Amino acid sequence: MIKVDNVVKTFGGFRAVDGASLEIRQGAITGLIGPNGAGKTTLFNVIAGVLTPTSGKVTMMGEDITGLPPHTLFHKGLLRTFQIAHEFGSMTCRENLMMVPGNQSGETLWNTWFGRRRIADEERALRAKADEVMEFLTIGHLADQKASQISGGQKKLLELGRTMMVDAKIVFLDEVGAGVNRTLLNTIGDAIVQLNKERGYTFVVIEHDMDFIGRLCDPVICMAEGKVLAQGTLAEIKANEQVIEAYLGTGLKNKDMVGA
Amino acid sequence: MDLLNAFITLANFVIVPAIAYGSQLALGALGVTLIYGILRFSNFAHGDTMAFGTMITILITWLFQSWGLSLGVFPTALLALPFGIAGCALFVLMTDRAVYRFYRVQKAKPVILVIVSMGVMFIMNGVVRFIIGPDDHAFGDGERFIISARTFREMTGLQEGLAIRTSTGITVITAIIVVAILFWFLNKTRTGKSMRAYSDNEDLALLSGINPERVVMVTWIIVAALATVAGTLYGLDKSFKAFTYFQLLLPIFASAIVGGLGSPVGAIAGGFIIAFSEVLVTYAWKKVLVYALPDGIGPDGLAQLLSTDYKFAVSFLILLIVLLFRPTGLFKGKSV
Repeated sequence: MIKVDNVVKTFGGFRAVDGASLEIRQGAITGLIGPNGAGKTTLFNVIAGVLTPTSGKVTMMGEDITGLPPHTLFHKGLLRTFQIAHEFGSMTCRENLMMVPGNQSGETLWNTWFGRRRIADEERALRAKADEVMEFLTIGHLADQKASQISGGQKKLLELGRTMMVDAKIVFLDEVGAGVNRTLLNTIGDAIVQLNKERGYTFVVIEHDMDFIGRLCDPVICMAEGKVLAQGTLAEIKANEQVIEAYLGTGLKNKDMVGA
Repeated sequence: MDLLNAFITLANFVIVPAIAYGSQLALGALGVTLIYGILRFSNFAHGDTMAFGTMITILITWLFQSWGLSLGVFPTALLALPFGIAGCALFVLMTDRAVYRFYRVQKAKPVILVIVSMGVMFIMNGVVRFIIGPDDHAFGDGERFIISARTFREMTGLQEGLAIRTSTGITVITAIIVVAILFWFLNKTRTGKSMRAYSDNEDLALLSGINPERVVMVTWIIVAALATVAGTLYGLDKSFKAFTYFQLLLPIFASAIVGGLGSPVGAIAGGFIIAFSEVLVTYAWKKVLVYALPDGIGPDGLAQLLSTDYKFAVSFLILLIVLLFRPTGLFKGKSV
C-alpha cells in the first residue's frame, strides 16, 4: 500500500534516514521499532509530508506522493499522530475533533455569510460524530473540557480520535504509548485492533513497549542508524543478530557509533 | 469649586477624544495581533497598510463627491469604505503572493519576516506618497458635530460645553460593530476556528487537513479590512497624512504588546490603555483643576505633565513597565 524506496533525509551532514526502503501491507498493523535516533520519526515525517526527503521516493497505492504537503495527504487518507500529543489548546475536546475534516463548506468567506444552513447541517453531523468517537474512546465525559487541561494519556486518545473523524486509509501512530499507563495503553490497543478489523484501517505503529508491539503488530520492522535492519514477526526480529547488536551495541564494526 | 463643570471639561478634552483614539488604536492593534498570532511575525508594514487602505478610500470619496454622491449628515467616506477595503485586501494579497509566501515556503524565522515586512513598509510608504502625495488631506464632510459646545451649553445652562463630533461618534460605533463581527467570526464560524487552530498549533492544523494557504488568505483579507477601517476612522477624526500613519505604528505596537501579542481582547484593552495615558499625560489640566479645587488654590501654570511632542514616549514607558512586570502582556499572549 505504501512503498518507501531508498529514502534519504539529511540534516546538514547528519543522515537521519539513510537509504531506507520498506513496504507496508494493506490491512496490517505494522510495528516500527528501533533504538532512539534510529530515524523512525524522521521517516514518519517524510512519509506524512512534514519533511521533504533529500532523495528517494514514497508511493501510496502506486501514486507518487513524495513531498506532497500534509494537508493534501490528509485528504488522500494518510493520517499521523505525534510522539508528543498535540492539541488545539484553546478549544474544547469536541471542537478539537470537529476541526478535523478539512475542506468543510464553512471554510470559505463566502459560505460563512451566504451558506449558513448548509454549514449548520454539516456541523450537526460532525458534532454527533465527534461525540460518538469520544464515547468509543472512553473520553465522552471530557467533551466540553479545554484540550489543554486534560491529561497526557487522554490527549493521546484524543489524537487517536482525530484519525477516526474521517475515513482514513492508513494511520501512522508515533509512540502512542509514551507516558501512558497500562490500563489506558490497553484501551488504546483495543481501539487500534477494533479500527483495523471493523473499518479496515492500515496502521503503522512506532512503539518502544515490546509487549504492546507483540500483541498488536505483524509484521515488525526494525530500524537502526537510518536503515531498515530486518522485517518479520516479533519473534523473528528478537532472534535477529543485527537487531540485538543495534539495541545492545555489542560487536558493532565501528565502536564510535555505539549509543547512536 | 464646581465639580460638574470640571467633569464636563474633562469629558470634552480627555474622555471623548481618548475613547475615539483608543478605538482607532484598538482596531489597528487587532490587525497586528492577528498577523502575529496566525502568520507569526510582527508586521511593521501595518501602519502603511492602514495608509494604503485609507488612500483608496479617500480617492473613491473624492470620486463620489465629484459625482455629487453623498450620505447626507454622514461623511461620504463611509460609502467609499467598502471599496477601500477591497482595494487594500487586493494589494495585501498581492504582496503576500509576491513576497511573504516565498519566505513562508522556506519556513523562514520570524525575525527574517519582520525585516521583510520593514521592506514592504518602505515600498508601501513610497507607493502611497507617490499616488496621493505627502501632504495633509482632509476628506471628512457631512455634519461636523452631533452636539456642538454651544448647543450643549444652551441645553444645560452650564459654563462649559461638551462637543461630540460626528467622526468621534462614527469611530466608536464602527469600532464596536467591527469588533463584534470579528469576535463572532473567530469564535463561532468554521473559518475563524480554522484560524484559531492554525494559531494554536500549526503542525496539527496541517495534519488535520486544514489548508494553510486558505487560512493565510483569509487572515490577510481580515487584516486589510481592519487596517482600512482603522485608518479611515483616524483620518476622519484628524486628517490624512502618510507620515502620520507611519508614526501610528508605534502606539499600535505598544497597544498590541501591552495587551499581549496574539490576544484579540488584549489588543483592544491595550489600545484604550495607551490612548488614555497619552491623552491624560499630555493634557493641560489647568482648567479642570481650577474648577475642581477650592477657590484660590488653582494652579497658575498650565499643569501639563508632558508636551504633546513627547506623547510617543508615554506609550513606550507603559510598554517598558508592562514588559518588565508581565512579559506576556496583560492578557496572556504568546511568544514565537
